[in-house]
Amino acid sequence: MGWVWKSLNSSIGKKFVMAVTGVALMLFLVIHLAGNMSLYGGKDAFNNYVGLLEHIKPFIRVIEVILGLVFAFHIFNGIRLWIQNKQARPLPYSVNGSRKNTTVFSRTAFITGSIVFIFLVIHLQSIWYVFNFSGVEEDLYTLTTDWMRVGWYAALYFVAILLLGFHLNHGFQSAFQTFGWNNSKYFPFIKKFGTFFALVITIGFGSIPVYFFLLGGK
Amino acid sequence: MEHKKINLTLKVWRQQDANAKGKFADYKVSVSPDSSFLEMLDDINNDLEKKGMEPITFESDCREGICGTCGLVINGQPHGPIPRIATCQLHMRNFKEGDTIYVEPFRAKAFPIIKDLMVDRSAMDRIMEAGGFISVNTLSVPDGNSIPIPKEVASEAMDAASCIGCGACVAACKNASAMLFVSAKVSQFALLPQGQPERYIRVDEMVKAMDQYGFGNCSNTYACEAECPKGVSIKNIARMNRDYFMAKIK
Repeated sequence: MGWVWKSLNSSIGKKFVMAVTGVALMLFLVIHLAGNMSLYGGKDAFNNYVGLLEHIKPFIRVIEVILGLVFAFHIFNGIRLWIQNKQARPLPYSVNGSRKNTTVFSRTAFITGSIVFIFLVIHLQSIWYVFNFSGVEEDLYTLTTDWMRVGWYAALYFVAILLLGFHLNHGFQSAFQTFGWNNSKYFPFIKKFGTFFALVITIGFGSIPVYFFLLGGK
Repeated sequence: MEHKKINLTLKVWRQQDANAKGKFADYKVSVSPDSSFLEMLDDINNDLEKKGMEPITFESDCREGICGTCGLVINGQPHGPIPRIATCQLHMRNFKEGDTIYVEPFRAKAFPIIKDLMVDRSAMDRIMEAGGFISVNTLSVPDGNSIPIPKEVASEAMDAASCIGCGACVAACKNASAMLFVSAKVSQFALLPQGQPERYIRVDEMVKAMDQYGFGNCSNTYACEAECPKGVSIKNIARMNRDYFMAKIK
């Protein structure tokens, strides 16, 4: 199996890991968003959904472990790539011309990813950890919506989701390019669909703090 | 006929050798709009030599955009502000009276500075030596229709082969990645029958060599394609990614 690790450690291999884990994380986002939409159905709708997941807890735990590994690989590889890329040009240009023909989304993938990671840690601690392990007997709807009414939390949530949208706008088409699926027939569509996907995720998640904090929720 | 000249301030990177600390030197020039960028540098060098000063070191050869020898980063863009040309094809009519122009060498760890604006791009030669060839003797150009290849495929191979190996892709990439160059060289063989026997060993060896010389990794920002004087497509990078994956699972 040595050849697998060796291949995944090459420049293209590391990009491949970023793309595979990235696509897996995008799938997770879709499921997470679908679940979160039940927040709009009110307390019972959301807690029923949570109850459904509680019902298959052992399965969920396995998924969580896999998800954790996927996150770890994506982040670890991203940092490794970033360090190598910085080292590849020790002295930067005095005039930066790359602005002219690259998108802000592709140039800032590391920064947006880092901020989303900081949010992820806070988010996991405040909701996932508290609900699962702290022994607090609060239902998840109350726990979540209470946090959404805290100003700084709602603001951080909103900003992190916005930057996640930036990250996805680059990541979606980038994954296809890394897999080698670039063809003049369908690649323009993939780029557009990536932007559409990023918008759906941003508006979907981003609407939650807006609804509960700004509009008062239910 | 009126000989109008434009006045410019050039900020040119001067560096004694690879280990020395470089800095910008200012040159005030009055130049004809019909002059090419390199001719302007030639004029500056003539003046400097007359004054007994060290001329600016830069590379050029054919001066008609086909050899890939010249390469300067002008105002942050490899080969200057005009797309699809090499530095030698850039004319001063593209600049305005009073402009300040920054002239820097290609910057990458894999391209150490030899002097001033001249960099050592031999890492690209090492990559070619690793696999950018066909081992069997394919003899002279085959007879017109003896190897049937669809026109589209032949054109795609030709487009990939139009890479002049100047290194502008590396210079343009925020990560100093050589993916566009390597992928063009991989593709020009991968698309044609002559390249098939060594198709997968070639991509494997060339990527290995590329990684060894300290080029960065591809972030799919596509700056390389925009700056390439020959417009080599990033579809070649996708093809190389695909072939590399196939090479690994074969």
